[in-house]
Amino acid sequence: MPKSDTKNSNNMNKENKTTPTKKIEELQTHKERKTVLMQGNEAVAYGALDAGCNFFAGYPITPSTEIAEILAAELPKRGGVFVQMEDELGSICAVIGASLAGAKALTATSGPGFSLMQEGIGFARSTETPCVVVDVQRVGPSTGMPTSCAQGDIQQSRWGTHGDSPAIVLYPDSVKESYELTIRAINLSEKYRTCVILLLDEVLGHMREAVRLPDMANVRVISRIKPTVPPQWYKHYENTEKYPSPMYSFGEGYRFHVTGLTHDVLGFPTNKPNEAAEMMSKLKKKITYNIRDLVQIESFQMEDAKIAVFAAGITARSAKAAVTLARKEGIPAGLLRPLTIWPFPDDAVRKMLRNVDTVIVPELNQGQLIREIERLVKDRSDSKLIKIQRVDSKLIPPQDILQKIKEGI
Amino acid sequence: MPTIPQKIIHEYLRHDKKFPHVWCAGCSNGIVLGSIIRAIAGMNLDRNDIVMVSGIGCSSRMPVYVDFNTLHTLHGRAIAFATGIKLHKPHLKVIVVTGDGDCAAIGGNHLIHAARRNIDLSVIMLNNNIYGMTGGQVSPTTPHKAYATTAPYGNIEPDFDVCKLAIGAGATYVARTTAFHTQETQNMVKEAIEHPGFALIEVICACPVIYGRLNKKGGAPEMMKEMRDNSIPLAAVDKLPPEKVQGKIIRGVLHKDIRPEYCALYADLVKKAQALGGSE
Repeated sequence: MPKSDTKNSNNMNKENKTTPTKKIEELQTHKERKTVLMQGNEAVAYGALDAGCNFFAGYPITPSTEIAEILAAELPKRGGVFVQMEDELGSICAVIGASLAGAKALTATSGPGFSLMQEGIGFARSTETPCVVVDVQRVGPSTGMPTSCAQGDIQQSRWGTHGDSPAIVLYPDSVKESYELTIRAINLSEKYRTCVILLLDEVLGHMREAVRLPDMANVRVISRIKPTVPPQWYKHYENTEKYPSPMYSFGEGYRFHVTGLTHDVLGFPTNKPNEAAEMMSKLKKKITYNIRDLVQIESFQMEDAKIAVFAAGITARSAKAAVTLARKEGIPAGLLRPLTIWPFPDDAVRKMLRNVDTVIVPELNQGQLIREIERLVKDRSDSKLIKIQRVDSKLIPPQDILQKIKEGI
Repeated sequence: MPTIPQKIIHEYLRHDKKFPHVWCAGCSNGIVLGSIIRAIAGMNLDRNDIVMVSGIGCSSRMPVYVDFNTLHTLHGRAIAFATGIKLHKPHLKVIVVTGDGDCAAIGGNHLIHAARRNIDLSVIMLNNNIYGMTGGQVSPTTPHKAYATTAPYGNIEPDFDVCKLAIGAGATYVARTTAFHTQETQNMVKEAIEHPGFALIEVICACPVIYGRLNKKGGAPEMMKEMRDNSIPLAAVDKLPPEKVQGKIIRGVLHKDIRPEYCALYADLVKKAQALGGSE
């Protein structure tokens, strides 16, 4: 039973245990949503439903399975499809197939499954097919520690698939934000016609927080734009300048071809260097021209900060606590937290580097986020970088970050 | 069945876009494509409702040439992509074109699970007993003792009976024919599309340029003759002495039954979930 519900839901008192299904019924039936206690994984599932997700194909894997379980119960009620596939290879492919047929499709997995999905992710990026992959990160490499936390997939989410392709990867730090960024991930996938990845930390996936989800009327949902041209003029990959071209789905009278091979504007395979260059530039442009729309960043106490912590996901929670403690002691510390980690928020980091002397990068890996800061700090010899890296499955406590803040100032 | 003139084939091809095709002279893939088109043309289907999905390999290049909704996917994954399409839009006729390596090696898991689900897909597996596109490596259907570039001393592995596998996994329509038997292929494609469930057709194909050369099978005409002479219809099997059946390709509808189809079962599940109440 969600704690905050007890006082005014008499009918709910009969139930000692609140199943996810029960909870979402409540979320849906009350026009004004109440504050409830929920997991990050639950928040992802509700976010997907609110964003109009109507297709899920997945394969059980800890620590992401709750997402599949909730959608298995909820999607059929809305006429959507839930299918448990034979593996993660099949899951991502079914998701892409459904999206080509017009669905808003999503899958959720963790490390080993995320590795298996990489080829499909590349296919979705190449063929500009909207879809969302949720990766609830666990300790790796390999099978690692399935129920423990790590941030080891930060670079994989960018470079995991072969070939050169741009990525959009979002990274929440709270249960509420998991809900919000799931909606945003689906919206961005539809808007930019690509595979958007949502990275979650194991702790966040399983952690419960009190959240009040917005009323449905306040949820902004974006769907792919359909072209207005007659079928004979339709180009599935028309070279539009700023945004990806509008797209039709299979079965709508526009008989187009989709291939993972390098293709021309009609979708047909090509070996011509000029057409290959055009395709690659189109994939890149839709990201680089829209950095301001894609990048979201939280600045906390950064206005007068002399020392900054740069952290994402669950580690940013510790960092925020550390910054608050430092401020209490009069230390001018701040936190910069990317909600979009790819494309990397270069401009925001450059601005930060102009104003602070020292940057601390805590992360649950052996140096993935810090690579990007190092890349940007190269031309600033006066900036000091301090790393805090932990890979023993435990989180970085605020005290450790506070200590580095004190050392660094 | 009356012969449909060649211009029908032309009508279904993206003739102004993607020809010449990639297939070698003597390859069976074009013959099978002809049978598929004739079958579809004879069924009065709206081609907007047809999706042709393929994986990777010579035969998987087929969709690009035909004027349907076409999807050329990843190696082995055609059936998984097709599952997503079919589940989201069950009214579409989803045809999967795949090869022996694509379907039975890297894609074997998707094949058996789609068969188990009995989802209404028509899978046409063009079996040329070798990986042609990559230059002649051994495949799961390369016969025992046959040669391939990765089996230079002869294949020590037994070959796969994909039809038996599909039947065992729960496919409700399983048939085998050869590229030589074009009318039979055409009839089977029609039956497979009409069949309400998972259908697999294995079409034995000739790859004279690679498999034929490595195994001294002669050219395309000799390989076509072998398909004719070395195959027997299922109906004749019982009438022949066992030694005459040994080593022959058995052609015909090997298995057919009716079992609830997956999309129909899912539609029932949706009704059940909605009747139980909840959202909306």
